[in-house]
Amino acid sequence: MRYAARVAWWLVFIVGVLYFFIPLYGTLAFSLKSKPFLSAYTAILNDPQFVSTLSYSFVAGILTIIVSILIIVPTAFWVRLKYPQLRPIIEFITLLPFVIPPIILVFGLINTYSKQPLAVTNTETGSNALLVAAYVVLSFPYMYRAVDTGLRAIDIHSLTEASQSLGAGWIRILWQVILPNVRTSLLSGAFLTLAIVVGEFTIATFLDRPAFAPFLGLVGDSKPYEQAALALVSFGITWAAMVLIAVLGRGSRSRIKVTIG
Amino acid sequence: MPFLELTGIQKRFGDVAAVHNFDLAIEPGEFVSFLGPSGCGKTTTLRMIAGFERPTAGTIVVNGTDITHKAPNQRNVGMVFQSYALFPNMTVADNVGFGLKVRRRSKDQIHKRVSELLELIHLPDKASRYPWQLSGGQQQRVALARALAIEPQVLLLDEPLSALDAKIRVSLRNEIRAIQRQLGITTVYVTHDQEEALSLSDRIVVMSEGRIEQIGTPFEIYNFPSTGFVARFVGTLNVVSAKVLDPTAGTLEAAGQPIRAAGPISGGHPGDALTVALRPEIISLGARDGMNQLSGVVDDVTFLGAIVRVRIRFSDDSGAISFDTFNNPHLAVPDRGTAITISFPPEACLVLDRAEIAAAAAPEDLDAA
Amino acid sequence: MTNAALPLSAPGTPSARPVRRRFSWGWLGIVPFLLFAFLFLIAPTFYLVIGSLQNAKGTFTLENFAQLFTPSILQTYENSIEISLVTALAGGLFGFLLAYAVISGGLPGILRSALMTFSGVASNFAGVPLALAFVFTLGRVGLFTIFLRDVLNIDIYGAGFSLYSKIGLEIVYLYFQFPLMVLIIAPAIDGLKKDWREAAENMGASSFQYWRRVALPILMPSLLGTMILLFGNSFGAQATAYQLTGGFIDIVTIAISRQMRGDVLYDPNLGYALAMGMVIIMAISIAGYSLLQRRSERWLK
Repeated sequence: MRYAARVAWWLVFIVGVLYFFIPLYGTLAFSLKSKPFLSAYTAILNDPQFVSTLSYSFVAGILTIIVSILIIVPTAFWVRLKYPQLRPIIEFITLLPFVIPPIILVFGLINTYSKQPLAVTNTETGSNALLVAAYVVLSFPYMYRAVDTGLRAIDIHSLTEASQSLGAGWIRILWQVILPNVRTSLLSGAFLTLAIVVGEFTIATFLDRPAFAPFLGLVGDSKPYEQAALALVSFGITWAAMVLIAVLGRGSRSRIKVTIG
Repeated sequence: MPFLELTGIQKRFGDVAAVHNFDLAIEPGEFVSFLGPSGCGKTTTLRMIAGFERPTAGTIVVNGTDITHKAPNQRNVGMVFQSYALFPNMTVADNVGFGLKVRRRSKDQIHKRVSELLELIHLPDKASRYPWQLSGGQQQRVALARALAIEPQVLLLDEPLSALDAKIRVSLRNEIRAIQRQLGITTVYVTHDQEEALSLSDRIVVMSEGRIEQIGTPFEIYNFPSTGFVARFVGTLNVVSAKVLDPTAGTLEAAGQPIRAAGPISGGHPGDALTVALRPEIISLGARDGMNQLSGVVDDVTFLGAIVRVRIRFSDDSGAISFDTFNNPHLAVPDRGTAITISFPPEACLVLDRAEIAAAAAPEDLDAA
Repeated sequence: MTNAALPLSAPGTPSARPVRRRFSWGWLGIVPFLLFAFLFLIAPTFYLVIGSLQNAKGTFTLENFAQLFTPSILQTYENSIEISLVTALAGGLFGFLLAYAVISGGLPGILRSALMTFSGVASNFAGVPLALAFVFTLGRVGLFTIFLRDVLNIDIYGAGFSLYSKIGLEIVYLYFQFPLMVLIIAPAIDGLKKDWREAAENMGASSFQYWRRVALPILMPSLLGTMILLFGNSFGAQATAYQLTGGFIDIVTIAISRQMRGDVLYDPNLGYALAMGMVIIMAISIAGYSLLQRRSERWLK
């Protein structure tokens, strides 16, 4: 590699790094301007709304992951084992959330479920359930891909037949044989889902849910330092999820692919 | 005057010396193979001829021109890769015509030359196909045509057949040789497959650990290996431990029985332990006058189709010898456990010392180079 | 892939053995998924489709779609398309260069895994916190704005720049666009075999000729496909723009939000049509991406 080319590639890399870090640094520097030092951070920790909205979003995220796993794992397994001809259809459906962005999804959901006889959004529980349902839909592309990639890496036909010949039923096969074998890819999909749910703004706003991202948007001008600190916390959550995925992916044979198509 | 001359070539990667003092002169139109196990430096040497590696020392001269420091794209040597390396975005015709396009030849010229070459590789109807629509053997033929299209001074082939099925390997091997003869192009062929090297080459360079072990015709390499490594690597070999009886007369004791080598054993003293190697196909069943004879017990019989391989053991555990007889349905093959005698001429005894055998017997990974 | 174990009762396969055809309950395994997808994805979308084809009285009409072609709505789409196009091209180009730099540019190997993790984070770091981060950095009193003004003596706001305009939104979107490009294009760059370059050099090609005739054409489907994906990614983004501009930028997702909130021009059926127009554009871009991706997979196998 010629010296000049090497320098050029370094420059490209440095520009990328700057683009990545300058906004984070700007936010950090701003949050630290609060007096006394770190008061923005102590303030958000003492803000009951911070705790309640963040825990709301985490609970929503975990419920989303559970429901998503319960739906996706048996489906992906079953399609691979018995109905490979249905795979294109299932794949197409799991890709739909890329075609129908959150704003459209929530638009449709509100219209469908806010009028009689399906007035789900009239109750708190109903709205919460609808929020999780929407998030499960958003998680489809990631979860399905993660599980499907995990299943591709193992020979599910032989594993299933071996378990059956040893007397295992379907639930036991799924729970004790298939699930542990796709655990790594499932966890990757789960962390990605969690990161997406905790940062999700559009659906939570329009369903009027007390979630973290809408709260972050509304902290507003009265508490700019806190807002900066919260933005960094939000970034930290995304970062933690991605680092966990990277750690999980290292040395594992099944790795999540976030690409589509 | 040699056409391609490598003088004192060395290549180091950091502290590791991949090639030591490689000297070779190749005549015009000659087909030379580099044969050796993976990591022996054969591919590195080939890549130095192509210009993808710079030698640490030494010179490479083609047709009187020193090309040691020329860039790969200035050398005019054609290369065929193990992976075919066909451009997936181009049709067969565009692949073959690539080198000419780069040289800014006219469309008509390119078209004419591409047709000629597709004719040569017997794929005239595949011009508009894409590589992924062809079989492995067809792809490698296209790669050969592509390398030949630029009318290179030297043709280099880097394990071109190792990604192919056994059957196609043999037929394509013959085709490569036929085309090479027809064009009279100076060719260097890298392989770890001794059968390929023996059947294709005018001369073979056997390499091990970056050094040349022996240069010779296939006949010389096979029948008169100059080192234990060559004897072991090329062909199948029986190894029997032996003791020197009389170094000047060339007599030895193997399996407790006297045998005679072709000549004196240089540097040997009576009582020295050494090793005798024998090719299986030179041994015959039964006692023959004027030949060495050894008696033992049949240990195993393996049916290999045209050939039956018989292994005999000796009472004193000095080793086993396998030999081949042609399969003849009218002749009885000895049963296991029967006592038999085998014969072989004194010239067939390759006397090796212990160190050479140890080196030659080292496990080698022949799957990749 | 193993799809050997088809059940005997698979649709269209007459049973070979003269046994009583057993009804297969196997399809029940995927019913929960299909039901869920129908309830929370397909039905709501279908509701919008139906709504977009009706007027306020509930009669069938194409009026709503015709209304999409009024100048103000066309302008909205144009803005969205322009922002998406600019960020897809700029993000795509820069993301490609960045991925190439760490994969084949001779940079230390550790930078590659670092960049991949960065990209995983940044491509998912959209919405409110991203908008806020840029406000604190490039807003009127943002850190970088002040730095440019006080240290380098460049007053970007004085020169007409605003973070809350189209160009500002584009700069913010690039933050998640180029990392997404890095993530998706990296496997394609990995797929460029060293042998191709050597084969090209061997036949006399210069570095430029190799790029023009071999590497770029091979990468082109992936490059184009991924850029189309970036286009859709930015076209569907709402939260970032909403937070950044307080809902005062004229792009499609914001227009739809306004319809949902029931603003002055409230017309639900027009809102449905707006949404449909968006779905159509998104569908075209995802289809384009899938198509090109399939082609490049065939090449780079």
